[in-house]
Order: sequence, then structure tokens, then C-alpha cells
Amino acid sequence: MLDCGLDMTSTLNFLPLPLVQSPRLSNLPGWSLKDGNAFLDKELKECSGHVFVDSVPEFCLPETELIDLSTVDVILISNYHCMMALPYITEHTGFTGTVYATEPTVQIGRLLMEELVNFIERVPKAQSASLWKNKDIQRLLPSPLKDAVEVSTWRRCYTMQEVNSALSKIQLVGYSQKIELFGAVQVTPLSSGYALGSSNWIIQSHYEKVSYVSGSSLLTTHPQPMDQASLKNSDVLILTGLTQIPTANPDGMVGEFCSNLALTVRNGGNVLVPCYPSGVIYDLLECLYQYIDSAGLSNIPFYFISPVANSSLEFSQIFAEWLCHNKQTKVYLPEPPFPHAELIQTNKLKHYPSLHGDFSSDFRQPCVVFTGHPSLRFGDVVHFMELWGKSSLNTVIFTEPDFSYLEALAPYQPLAMKCIYCPIDTRLNFIQVSKLLKEVQPLHVVCPEQYTQPPPAQSHRMDLMIDCQPPAMSYRRAEVLALPFKRRYEKIEIMPELADALVPMEIKPGISLATVSAVLHTKDNKHVLQPPPRPTQPTGGKKRKRASDDIPDCKVLKPLLSGSIPVEQFVQTLEKHGFSDIKVEDTAKGHIVLLQEAETLIQIEEDSTHIICDNDEVLRVRLRDLVLKFLQKF
Amino acid sequence: MPEIRVTPLGAGQDVGRSCILVSIAGKNVMLDCGMHMGFNDDRRFPDFSYITRNGRLTDFLDCVIISHFHLDHCGALPYFSEMVGYDGPIYMTHPTQAICPILLEDYRKIAVDKKGEANFFTSQMIKDCMKKVVAVHLHQTVQVDDELEIKAYYAGHVLGAAMFQIKVGSESVVYTGDYNMTPDRHLGAAWIDKCRPNLLITESTYATTIRDSKRCRERDFLKKVHEAVERGGKVLIPVFALGRAQELCILLETFWERMNLKAPIYFSTGLTEKANHYYKLFITWTNQKIRKTFVQRNMFEFKHIKAFDRAFADNPGPMVVFATPGMLHAGQSLQIFRKWAGNEKNMVIMPGYCVQGTVGHKILSGQRKLEMEGRQVLEVKMQVEYMSFSAHADAKGIMQLVGQAEPESVLLVHGEAKKMEFLKQKIEQEFRVNCYMPANGETVTLPTSPSIPVGISLGLLKREMAQGLLPDVKKPRLLHGTLIMKDSNFRLVSSEQALKELGLAEHQLRFTCRVHLHDPRKEQETAVRVYSHLKSVLKDHCVQHLPDGSVTVESILIQAAAHSEDPGTKVLLVSWTYQDEELGSYLTSLLKKGLPQASS
Repeated sequence: MLDCGLDMTSTLNFLPLPLVQSPRLSNLPGWSLKDGNAFLDKELKECSGHVFVDSVPEFCLPETELIDLSTVDVILISNYHCMMALPYITEHTGFTGTVYATEPTVQIGRLLMEELVNFIERVPKAQSASLWKNKDIQRLLPSPLKDAVEVSTWRRCYTMQEVNSALSKIQLVGYSQKIELFGAVQVTPLSSGYALGSSNWIIQSHYEKVSYVSGSSLLTTHPQPMDQASLKNSDVLILTGLTQIPTANPDGMVGEFCSNLALTVRNGGNVLVPCYPSGVIYDLLECLYQYIDSAGLSNIPFYFISPVANSSLEFSQIFAEWLCHNKQTKVYLPEPPFPHAELIQTNKLKHYPSLHGDFSSDFRQPCVVFTGHPSLRFGDVVHFMELWGKSSLNTVIFTEPDFSYLEALAPYQPLAMKCIYCPIDTRLNFIQVSKLLKEVQPLHVVCPEQYTQPPPAQSHRMDLMIDCQPPAMSYRRAEVLALPFKRRYEKIEIMPELADALVPMEIKPGISLATVSAVLHTKDNKHVLQPPPRPTQPTGGKKRKRASDDIPDCKVLKPLLSGSIPVEQFVQTLEKHGFSDIKVEDTAKGHIVLLQEAETLIQIEEDSTHIICDNDEVLRVRLRDLVLKFLQKF
Repeated sequence: MPEIRVTPLGAGQDVGRSCILVSIAGKNVMLDCGMHMGFNDDRRFPDFSYITRNGRLTDFLDCVIISHFHLDHCGALPYFSEMVGYDGPIYMTHPTQAICPILLEDYRKIAVDKKGEANFFTSQMIKDCMKKVVAVHLHQTVQVDDELEIKAYYAGHVLGAAMFQIKVGSESVVYTGDYNMTPDRHLGAAWIDKCRPNLLITESTYATTIRDSKRCRERDFLKKVHEAVERGGKVLIPVFALGRAQELCILLETFWERMNLKAPIYFSTGLTEKANHYYKLFITWTNQKIRKTFVQRNMFEFKHIKAFDRAFADNPGPMVVFATPGMLHAGQSLQIFRKWAGNEKNMVIMPGYCVQGTVGHKILSGQRKLEMEGRQVLEVKMQVEYMSFSAHADAKGIMQLVGQAEPESVLLVHGEAKKMEFLKQKIEQEFRVNCYMPANGETVTLPTSPSIPVGISLGLLKREMAQGLLPDVKKPRLLHGTLIMKDSNFRLVSSEQALKELGLAEHQLRFTCRVHLHDPRKEQETAVRVYSHLKSVLKDHCVQHLPDGSVTVESILIQAAAHSEDPGTKVLLVSWTYQDEELGSYLTSLLKKGLPQASS
């Protein structure tokens, strides 16, 4: 199983979970059908023309109906965003396999999960709506609720206990580590350049190679650069996790982010940055580190609020080996690789586990707050939206590309606050993809259907799709795709003793052949050929011989023969071996050699020889061996 | 005959200047490049002229691997690469790459600035040398070239220490460097998978020692330090800046905290803080417990341990000082030792192994009158204590590692000849493998017999596997195929496929034997009798009676015909191809014996 991501866009259909009771949210009107039937008004609330489910938010899981997850042996994780559904899969499906991921992926993935669980668990909500999920009722609802897929499989968040149990099933791996799976295939993670510890995977046998490229980046940010060379010679390259915003240039977006931030703060407003606790935030903090002095923002406090803020900042400093070269060199000095250490030391950046406690006493405005969750449905960000939403001095800047910012904002409308959309997605865009594919030259490309056509909103942009030869094979949800290669060979080892005994003969220039008769030993999917055992000496007369012992095993086949028999030479050979009275007759296809005395007849044709004789085994064997002299064995 | 050759240039029946040459499947690898702390002359570096007399080292060596940052494993590196001349890759782990140049610079300073040696490597040379380094991750398979690959395993011992597997095709060697099989206060235990190398080259510093539990040693250490401080004495602990020092600091720090002690603890040289920083940044290389708690409390931030100033040595009252280097062979630790040696209230604790020739080794072997530079004689009155805190595996640990890796043979280095001899016997007895212990310059040659990997056509393999997964011991089944060798591409295919690929036609060789039977009945009845006879004898074979009256056994055809002259005799025509030779031959002889009297 490749990756185990969680679709969190489902939460956009729910009302935000406020930390403290919000009068605005709790006073939203219930929603009723056109005919005035209001039986759903407890579950559904209306806000500025949009309908939201008033319940604990739920997540859309990966497809679990199609396959029996207990038959999955291995899950490969490509980065910490792609493992958020792991507890659902490993804990309740009968899954007993192993999960492979790099150490930063696991550590940061744990932080993301911890934050998520914490956000949801700290505001217990009594209500759990389920009525609206009824298929007949869902039909009657307005979009987007009406069109939401698989709502019956949506689940509430997992618990920390489930997270711990899921994470304990992960086996840590390093880049370029070759991991043998059951002796049949080898998997190897490669740096993908997108996030700390993010990986692409190579799945290969001795003769076939499949590359799984997911969430890769060619831009120089903090992680180790992408390893492209190792992707070469792939039979199939599975490509996914491209940028969600192919038209936005990340560098430009960072610039816009900084200037908007500065503008707001200079005018006395506050800036809210909804974000994940790890990833792009490290790059943003680094940009701000370089930017704040020149922009005259040195006195503006930066707050990073998350239950895992401290851990995230600390963890980022200890993964030297997973960082880009520049940052690695800093560690050798030894200095912390990320400048946010200095921001913290100089008190410019402060971090808090939540709004409660120290933060409320330190809080100064105007300020910049980084906090989650980017969906705006739970976490401390909900509080800041409610707090700052009414003033046009304030700005919310969206940097995470996972959620549509308009949908995220919908339950907060009407809103006076400024909204800036600066999505920073460093993953591959289509220009980079075509460059990559040219470089790596896979025989076949497999990708989600969306990438093979321009985005629906920009159907004229033919440049916003994957362009390769042969055309990429596409797949969609719950579709089975056969990969276009046929396995023809497998590796086998010939023991040195057997190899020594082989007699190669040159058939054509440069091509030699040797017939092999050997005992096949197969263990753990590894095949070894050993020399055949020596025929055992008949063991004295003590044991009574059973008749069946003599019967040859029909499965022991003699080699095939090839070549042809030159009649004249054959006759000469026969004479040399004491046969006389030999007569040769020509036939349509060849010759017949008659040994009149022995009442034996040998039909010789181009591709066949037939010896017809009386039941005289000695004679037959003599003739057989003479014929074999002219033929090659295979 | 392929073979693996190993020649220690250093550390052969000795501790110090580790440097081992390995030739495996035509590749030459140098393992470690250390200096010897017991010598100040030519003998301190390995004799690189052994590698090649005239040629360039770069042409001869495919790569150099450094196991960890201790100078007896990397001290000769700048001399080797910059002064002798080597431009190929040098592999080491990230922490080793970070810390190694600092220790080299330290070493250089002592040699050049303090002892005034000329013709030593320069700071620039250290930098140039480090540019040739390629950092490796744990468990990463590094492809040195198309055939040679190396892989690092965690070794404990010091921060960033690694064991290395060197592999070419199916042949491999594992070199342990220095390692520790028991986790300590700051590092984890060495670990390797069952990689079954042809040869395991292991250190054997503590070849004969089986150490008591770590806890006892720690308690002992604390008790001694405590007693000395209580009676107002000064305690000197010579250490290397990185490694044991951190472990002992953690130990003393927690003890001071618990006992609420006030005597100052100092750590000499400016390296301390820097060293602790390395531990902080490379925390993923430390043990589980430290890694788990580092966000809440970093074990490498000490409250009680302060930086040492030279002047403090003359302060009155008790104190504990950690000073470098660890074997009292030079530098600050030796200076302090000279100051304090005369007072019996004071104590020196040697927490690690000392190489022959060093002051540390001399006082540990009981010498109390030391001849110092300038013919001065120093009388040692202070208490001398030895505590084995060096993180080497003991005999038990070495045996454990051999058991883990399951090598075909073992080679001992980095130990004393006498002790090695004992361990060698033990390994040979317990694991029934050959064990070698070459001296420096002595070559051990191991013949290997690598199996030959070829591609087998899946069709042939599946056909074979379909016949039963478990091999029958009594009747081993034979796989038949044809090996096609074209250039270096070896493929094993079925004979049919080989013929087809080469565009050759099969030549069918068929035999038809006439077997005369005395049977007055009709041909059809004879055929029936033949059928039932064969059916009863050949229980495991497919015997069929076809509608046209003929009988088949597998693909062998038997037809009954009337004899042209004798109506009381029938002729059986038994016909088979060469591929069925054995069965065909068996059938004719069986039928020749006649049919059993039919009860019909």
C-alpha cells in the first residue's frame, strides 16, 4: 500500500469548534427544507447562505471496502502529510503488516496527529450528527453537502492511544536503504526534496523497477534535495502529489506573504497565519528572520501557538542528516540549522502550547500569529478568527494549499478582516514534471486522472497537464489498473560447484550454451541451483528391493536435441563400429539406413531420426549413442 | 579462485593507528587511518608505502572508510590524503564528519605549537582532506561504484561511531571499528543484522575481560570521587573531549544534584560547550531515553559543570576536573597531573584504556617514579584508580556480535596478541569458524566461492515450482534447462526456449522396438492385457487405453500387431522419443518378460 493519507476537506462541511462558546456560532439559525420541514435544524445550521453540519468534525478515509486490508503486507509512507489515516488502517481493519517510513516522517507525523487529536479532544462536543448522512436525506441537502462522497464512511478523529499503537508498527528506514520484502522485492526510499524525511520509493525485483514519486520538490528549501538519478531505468513511474496550485510560483508567494504581513502590521493590524505546525512554517520563519529588520518589524511579536509548537521547533534542529547542504554545514560548526533558534533566543518568536496560560499574559498587539488548523474548523485559529474577524485592520494570510480558502472562510462570513491567499506549494509543477520525465525516462507513467487533463476551471490551459510519450496511464478512485509489464525472468544463483561442472559450448560467435541439470532449492523466495546428488550406491541385499524402485521417474527428462545427421558420415561411423551389410535408400525427405542383418531400420530426415529395431537393448543403445554423437544436446 | 585478502597496516595485534587493507573481488578498501598515541616518530602513522610502492594511492584504493572520530582511527587522515596523496572518496557518518576535523586540529596544535614538530600536516590540509569526505547515513546502501557498496550500522562507542559492511556481489566483509554492545548513559548499543559476511573484522580491546554490571562500576566511581572530595582532595579525570566525558558528566551531574554537593566540577578546554552542542544537534545518534526526553530536558545542558581555567588548578579545596587528553600523554591533563601528583589526598581516575608508552599506561602498571621531559623525575603520590568506562565490547559482547552477524570467518584487530589468542580459541570453539589475528603487515587470504547469479526464465521456474514446493530428500527432482551466455548476460531458460531463441530446430530422435509376445489371442485382447498389466505395475504413471486400441504410458505409444508368420505370436511396437528414454527402455524390458497369466 502506497501512503495512507486522510482527506480532511470533509471537515469543511462542519461548523468550527470554538475554544470558548461563541455566541455568534451558537445562534446560527437551523436549516430547514424548502417546504419548511425543519426536522434537521438540530444537525444543520445556516451561515451566510451556506449550510454546515453542527457536529464533531469527521474525516474521509481511504477506500477500505475494495480490498481486504489484512492481506496488505507493507505500507510505504512518502511524507508526514501522507500518513494521517494510519491509525484508522492499522488499528481496526485486521492489518498485521509493517509500515515503513523515515525517522523525521514518523516524528513529525506524530506531532501532526498529536495536534489534531488535541484540537478535537479539548473541546468535547456533545452533539454527533448522523441523520443528515442518510442517503435519502442527503439527496435533499444543498451543495456541497449533497455531493459529498462516501459520507457513511466518514469517521471521527482517532485517539492518542490509537496513534501510539499505529506508530509502533512503523519500521524506521533511511534514504537509500535497501529493504528486502520476503526475498521477492526490494524497496528503497529516496529523498524527494519536499519535506523533512520525505521520500519517493523504488520497488524493484531483479528485473523490474517501479518508482513511486509522491510529493517531490525541485526547489531549494530546507530538506535534502530530491534524488532524481536513482529513478532512472524505471519500467513504471507512478506519479502523484504534484502541486495543488500549478499557477502559483512559491517564491513570488513568499514575497507577497512578507509584504502583506508588513503592510498590515504597520497599519496597526494583526496578522493570522493558519498553518500546520511543521513544514512551510520553517521556511516562512526563515524568510521573516531575514526580512523583519529591513522591514522595520523588529518590535512586532511573532507567536507560534500549537500543542506541539515547542516539539516541532526542537525536532527541526536535530535532523541535520535530512537537511539541505547549507543547513548541514551549519550543524558542523556546530550551530542550529534553522535561524528560528535565534528568533526564540532574542524573544522575537514566542511559542505556546495554547491560548490559555502564559500566552494571555504575554499577548501584545499588533502581532503575527501562526497557528492551526489550516481548515479553520478547529484549533486556536478558530478563536483568532472570531476575535479579529470584525476588524478590517487585521489580515488572515492563507499559505497552506490543502484547503480552498473561500470554503474555509465560509462559516465566518460576513467578515471585515482582509483575506490574502498566498498558497505556498513547493511540490512539482507540470513544467518540472516534464523536465523530470525527460531526465528519468520511465517506460510508462501512471498517474491520477486529474493530471492527464487541464484543471476544470482552466480548461484552455493545455500546459497544466502531464505530457509524455507514451501517454500516461491514468487511474481514478477504486479503479484497478494493470501495470504494463510482463515478468519474464527471476534471479537464481548457481552454486560454484555446479558452475564448475558446466560445459559451455559456443553455438554462435559470442553466444555459448551449457545444459544444466540441477536441484532447485527455494527458500524465502530465493532460488539456488545445487549440483545433482551422486547416484547412491545400491545398498547391499539386506533390504528387499521393491519393484517400484526400478520404475524410472518420468519427470526426469532427457535434454532436447538439435542438429542434423549427415548420412554418409553416419554410415562410415556405423562401419567403423563393426556394422556391415548396410544399405541406404533415398526417400522423399531423407534417407533410410537399413541394417539388414539386425533387421533394423534407421530413418533419417532433416529434423528427425527414427530407429526401428527388435527388442535388443544392447544394439539399440549402441545405435542411439552413435546417433547422439552427431547431435547437440540442450 | 576468488579470495578476500586482509592486511593490517596498524592495529594488527596492537591497539593504536588502526588501518586495515581489504581486497575483495578486485576492489581495494582501506578501513580507518589512525595514529598511534604511544609513538612520536614515524611509527605513529601507518606505513602507507606498503599499499603501493610507485603508483598513486588513488589508483589503487577504491575508497577509504573511517569508523569513528577517535584519533587512533582517523588521526593520520590528513597526512595520508594530503601529504602522501589520495584523492578518492573517504566515507564516514555525519557526526564523525562534523567532529573529526576539530580533533585533528587539536592534535595538530599540540604536535606543532606545543611540541614544535615540523613537517606535520597543516590546518589547510585538514580542510582539504575533509572536502574528500562523503557522509553516509545509517543503513544507507552507498554505491561506491557499480559493484562496490558499503553500508553503515550503529556501533555505540562514541557519537557517530559505525560498523561498515563492504560488499561486492555476494561477497562481503564487515568491519566493526570500535563498538559497545551495552547501552550506556548517552549512547545505544551496537546492532547488526544477520548479514552473514564472508569475514567479520572485529576489535578485541577487551578480548579477555568480562565486565561486571555497569551499575556497580558507576557506583564505585561515584564513591571514589565522593570520598576524595570529602577529604578535601582534588580529582583529575583525564578524558577525551567527546565520548566518555559526556557519559561521566551526566553521571556526576545527577549525583551532585542528588547529594547536593558543592565542590566545583570543571571541564577543561573550550571544547566542552561545543562538544555538548554536537551531542544536542546529533541527538538522533544517542540512546532512546535521551532522544525521547530531549524536548523537555536536554541531558547535555549541565548545571554543575563549569569551564576550567588554568589558574583554578592551584585553588585550594576540593574539586573535580575533567581534562583532555585521556591517556595523559600531552596537553592539559598532563599539566594538571604534574601539579597534583605529589599530594596523596588527590586522586587520578583513568576511565579508559591507555596505550603503551603513555603516562597513563605507566601509572596504571604501577610505576610511581616517572621520568619527564628534561630528565625530571616526578614522584606520584596521588591515588591512581582505573575504571573501565571505555565503551568497547567485552568478550561477551564480541561473542554476541559474532553470533548476530553469523560470519563465515572472523579476524581480530585492535587488541593485544595474548588476549587475542584466547578469544580466537573461544570463537573457533563456539562458532566453528576460522579466526585470524594477523600482525601488522601480515596478510590473511581467504578463498571464497561466490555463487553465480543468472536470470532464470519465469516460465521454467514456475513449471519447476508447480511440481511441488518441498524437495523430496529421497528423490531429488532435477531441473533441466539451458544456460545461454552472451557477453556477461547469463540466462537460464528451458531447452525449448533456448532452441527457439537461437533459431535452431529440434531434432527428434525416436525409437520403435518390436517386442514379441506369445499370445494366441486377438491383437485387441493382447492390448487389453498389456494395458491392465502396465496399469497395475506403473501406479504412479498415466497409463491409458486409447479407442484405436493402442496403449500409452505417458507419451510412450504401444501398439499390438499380429505376427506376419506366427499366429501364436503378437508383436508389440513400443515407440518413444529420446526424452522418454529411460521409461521407454524400462517398458521394453518389462514387456519382454511377458505378461502375467491373465485371469481375464
